[in-house]
Amino acid sequence: MGRYIVQRIIYMIVTMFVIVALTFFSMKLLPGTPYKNQEKLSPEMIELLNHKYGLDKPLPVQFVKYVGDLLKGDLGVSFQFDGRPVTEIIGERLPVSADLGFEAMVIGLVFGLLLGIIAGLRRNTVWDYGSMIVAVIGVSVPSFVLAQLMQYYFAVKHHWLPVAYWEGPAYHILPDIALGFGPVATIARYMRTAMVDTLNQDYIEMARAKGLSRPAVTFKHAVRNSLIPIVTIVGPMAVNLMTGVLVIENIFAIPGIGDQFVTSVYTNDYPMIMGTTIMYSVAFIVVVFIVDLLYGVIDPRIRLAGGES
Amino acid sequence: MENILEIKDLHVSFDTYGGEVQAVRGVNLELKKGETLAIVGESGSGKSVTSKTIMRLLPKPAARIKSGEIWFNGKDLTKLSEKEMQKIRGSEISMIFQDPMTSLNPTMSIGKQIMEGLRKHQKLGKQEALQRAIELLDLVGIPNPEARVKQYPHQFSGGMRQRVVIAIALACNPKVLIADEPTTALDVTIQAQILDLMKDLQNKMQTSIILITHDLGVVANMAQRVAVMYGGKIVETGTVDEIFYRPKHPYTWGLLSSMPRLHSKTDELLAIPGTPPDLSNPPKGCPFAPRCPHAMKVCVEYMPDYTTLSETQKTACWLLDERAPKVEPPEIIAVGGAGK
Ligand SMILES: Nc1ncnc2c1ncn2[C@@H]1O[C@H](COP(=O)(O)OP(=O)(O)OP(=O)(O)O)[C@@H](O)[C@H]1O
Ligand SMILES: [Mg+2]
Repeated sequence: MGRYIVQRIIYMIVTMFVIVALTFFSMKLLPGTPYKNQEKLSPEMIELLNHKYGLDKPLPVQFVKYVGDLLKGDLGVSFQFDGRPVTEIIGERLPVSADLGFEAMVIGLVFGLLLGIIAGLRRNTVWDYGSMIVAVIGVSVPSFVLAQLMQYYFAVKHHWLPVAYWEGPAYHILPDIALGFGPVATIARYMRTAMVDTLNQDYIEMARAKGLSRPAVTFKHAVRNSLIPIVTIVGPMAVNLMTGVLVIENIFAIPGIGDQFVTSVYTNDYPMIMGTTIMYSVAFIVVVFIVDLLYGVIDPRIRLAGGES
Repeated sequence: MENILEIKDLHVSFDTYGGEVQAVRGVNLELKKGETLAIVGESGSGKSVTSKTIMRLLPKPAARIKSGEIWFNGKDLTKLSEKEMQKIRGSEISMIFQDPMTSLNPTMSIGKQIMEGLRKHQKLGKQEALQRAIELLDLVGIPNPEARVKQYPHQFSGGMRQRVVIAIALACNPKVLIADEPTTALDVTIQAQILDLMKDLQNKMQTSIILITHDLGVVANMAQRVAVMYGGKIVETGTVDEIFYRPKHPYTWGLLSSMPRLHSKTDELLAIPGTPPDLSNPPKGCPFAPRCPHAMKVCVEYMPDYTTLSETQKTACWLLDERAPKVEPPEIIAVGGAGK
């Protein structure tokens, strides 16, 4: 197991390097300069500025310098935000986005699993149909539509909840639900299928033949095994949430990383683009890694395979 | 000898889209203390449904017990609530399933799977239950039980898994063990080992066993009595000797003739021609009549009563009526040598 983790971490570092390189070079293909009011600058001024920021050097040289700084934890300075360090800007905005994404994920897991388990246990009853209607709505209604509908109904029309911003618990409710509804639906659907499948397995009958109570059979035997396929979809779902966050932040004017990222791309703010991409990639790779570890926790067959490889 | 389990006129049906499937149609059986009773019969004859009915493990709401009684320990199991039944399952009546590859939970250590029943029924603490689980693994012949107890099913071979399943079933010293084709999924050498183990443990624990099997060799090796099942009914019961040497029902003759080792001269297997009855539309007469070489008019119209041939042998066949013509069993059986 320990060896497996070390191996994985090495792969993760290699992956990160490739991502950094690819982003760095393709970013330089974007037209324009990173300077504010660039239309008003003369070519001579631009040349001067390029020289000042080292942008006149050959690309490989710039890349080596960037990676060197990166290894020291220095992501450079933003062009757009008056010379503030990229790490500082990300440090300020990332927690907001992470908060939103995390809360949506928790909502998705808690309610999705609950609905899926109930639907699977009470197959072909009102409970089942009810849960699956929720699931279908959740899968087919995009989060931005749901966000705007709720924003209009609960905030604009009835003033029950704040319309926008991110200032206290009440501000979280609408964005969290809007972002979490899709995951609720997806997880519920998968969990229902998994439960129905698991409940038909011989070992469930065997567990009942031991004289275990229904709750014991359901939770100790059925739910645990049904979680295995769920772990597979949680990874991609977390990644989806990262992009979903951008949209929801936009609708509710939440000062997260998403809004920041879009601006940086439009303005060729190279250090910000790099910083945000690196941050996203790290988050992504770590999520995938955690999901793989979770797999091992839930399914002993995989734990062993991982340990041996 | 004293009966430990008694089934009286049991009827079990499944409600399906195609209508009612009458899987069990008036089964009478008794299981005596300490004996092994084999239930034999073709696929679909209702053997598994009968055994699941005893455990009350039939799928709900598709299956229902239409009528009948199952007496165990002074209680009619068909009348017990689910809660009361949970106290009996795994402690007084246990079950071994057919396929050890699928009957263990892949995500739970086998120790835990053995301990569950012990903790529930015998109220053992964690440490005691673990100790007992290790003893049980040792008892069923799993080497190095202290280490094995922590492992998961995928770390065991098929034969070893079936030993674990047996350990689970016997954990609480049940009075009755139902084994539904316990060796069908295993290869031949392992089969013999598992059967020996079951016999050995039965002697140690004085368990009564209901053994469901297709394999008449297994019957000869394990059982004292046999019930022959066909079309949801028991058509003949008797001691092993009676069923192998003096069978009276043409279906039993058919089963015995299809036993491979009786035909050392010809390689051909005498399968019974025809197919079992459709239980969603069961015949009113003897279910075997359409395939029976000796069928008479009456067989198609009326189900025969049991004729008591000895204290232990009972057969439901019109040929045993005094008005029926004398029919000799096929030569192969008359010559004997079956079930040596
Ligand atoms: N869940 C079910 N729904 C509908 N019919 C069923 C169901 N389970 C069993 N049956 C029917 O009940 C009858 C008896 O089945 P059972 O499983 O007891 O046969 P069996 O004697 O155990 O056969 P095998 O030797 O193949 O195990 C069959 O006709 C089968 O179609
Ligand atoms: Mg069966």
